[in-house]
Amino acid sequence: MRVTGTFAKLAMLLAVMSLSASEVVAQATSIPQARQISIAELVKLLQPPEKGNPLIIQVGSHVLYSQAHIPGSEYIGPASSDVGIQQLRKRAESLGRTRLIVLYCGCCPWNHCPNVKPAYDALQAMGFRNLKVLYIANNFGADWVDKGYPTAKGD
Amino acid sequence: MGSTKTWTVVAALAILLGAWLFFTRHNRASRASLPQGQTAPAPDFTLPQLNGQTLRLSSYRGQVVLLDFWATWCVPCREEIPHFMALQDKYRADGLQVIGVSMDDGPEQVRTFCQEFHMNYPVVMGNAKIGELYGGVLGLPIAFLLDRDGRVYAKHIGATKPEIIEKEVVSLLQTRPS
Repeated sequence: MRVTGTFAKLAMLLAVMSLSASEVVAQATSIPQARQISIAELVKLLQPPEKGNPLIIQVGSHVLYSQAHIPGSEYIGPASSDVGIQQLRKRAESLGRTRLIVLYCGCCPWNHCPNVKPAYDALQAMGFRNLKVLYIANNFGADWVDKGYPTAKGD
Repeated sequence: MGSTKTWTVVAALAILLGAWLFFTRHNRASRASLPQGQTAPAPDFTLPQLNGQTLRLSSYRGQVVLLDFWATWCVPCREEIPHFMALQDKYRADGLQVIGVSMDDGPEQVRTFCQEFHMNYPVVMGNAKIGELYGGVLGLPIAFLLDRDGRVYAKHIGATKPEIIEKEVVSLLQTRPS
C-alpha cells in the first residue's frame, strides 16, 4: 500500500513537471497569428520603397546578439528576466503608441522561446497597438543567418 | 482497495502523459548536422569557470568530451542537463568529460543554477567569440561531441534524445587516441 502511494506521488510529480514545462514553452505559441510577422514580410518591409521604419528590438541573449543580429535592431536583454522587462519598458515608455515595433529573439525554436511572449505582453500592456513579433521557427542562425539575410555583428 | 486501484490508474496515466510530452518534445528539435565519422578539429579555447579558475579545452585531449552550449533561460537546455549529469557519472571512469558553455549574459544566474542542480561537470562562461569559433552559436542548445583526439565527431542542434548522445559516447569511448 505504501509502495503504491509513493509510486503514485512520484508519477504525479513527473506529470506536473512535464505539464509545467510545457506551459512555459507554450507561451510563444499563444501570441496571436495577427501579431506575428514572418521573416519574408519583415525583409520586404525593410527594403525600399516599402521601408516601414520599424523599431526592431532583440529580446534575447547579448552573447547571441553580438554574434549576429538584424541590422539596425536594438538589444534590450532577455525578456524572460525582470531586468530585461524593465529595460524594455524603459526603452518603450517615450515612444508613440502607434509606432511599429517588431520584437524578435530566435534563441530557441518558437515553441521553446521564453523571451518573446513576456516582451509582447509588456508592450501590449503599455498600449502599443502596432506591435509585431518575428516568427522564427527554429533559431536565428538557421532561419535568418543561414538563409543569407542581412546581418550585423557586435554591440 | 478501490482507492488504491484508482491511484494506480492515475499514476499510470500520469507516467504515460509525462513520457509522451518528453519524447514528443525531444523528437521535434533534435538533429545531428555532421554525418557520423566526419570529423574536424574542435577549436581550442580557454575560458573562465564559475569558480574563478580557467578551463582549457585541449587539456582534456585523450578524453571524450561533450561540449554543451546552453543558457539558464533555455528550457530545452535545462531539460538536457540531468541527462548529461547522468552520463558524466556513468562514464567518468571510462574517460568522458562533459563541459558546459553558458551563453548567459552574466555568471550570477548560472552560478545559482549550477548550485541548485548540483551540476557534476565544469561550466565556463561563453562569449560571442567562442560562438563564432564554433560556427555561430545562434540557437540553443547546441552540443558538440569530441573524440579523444579533440576532433568534432557530432554536432547536435536543439534538444537531442539522450539515447542518441549516449550511443555516440559509448562508441567513442571504445576508441583510443591516435
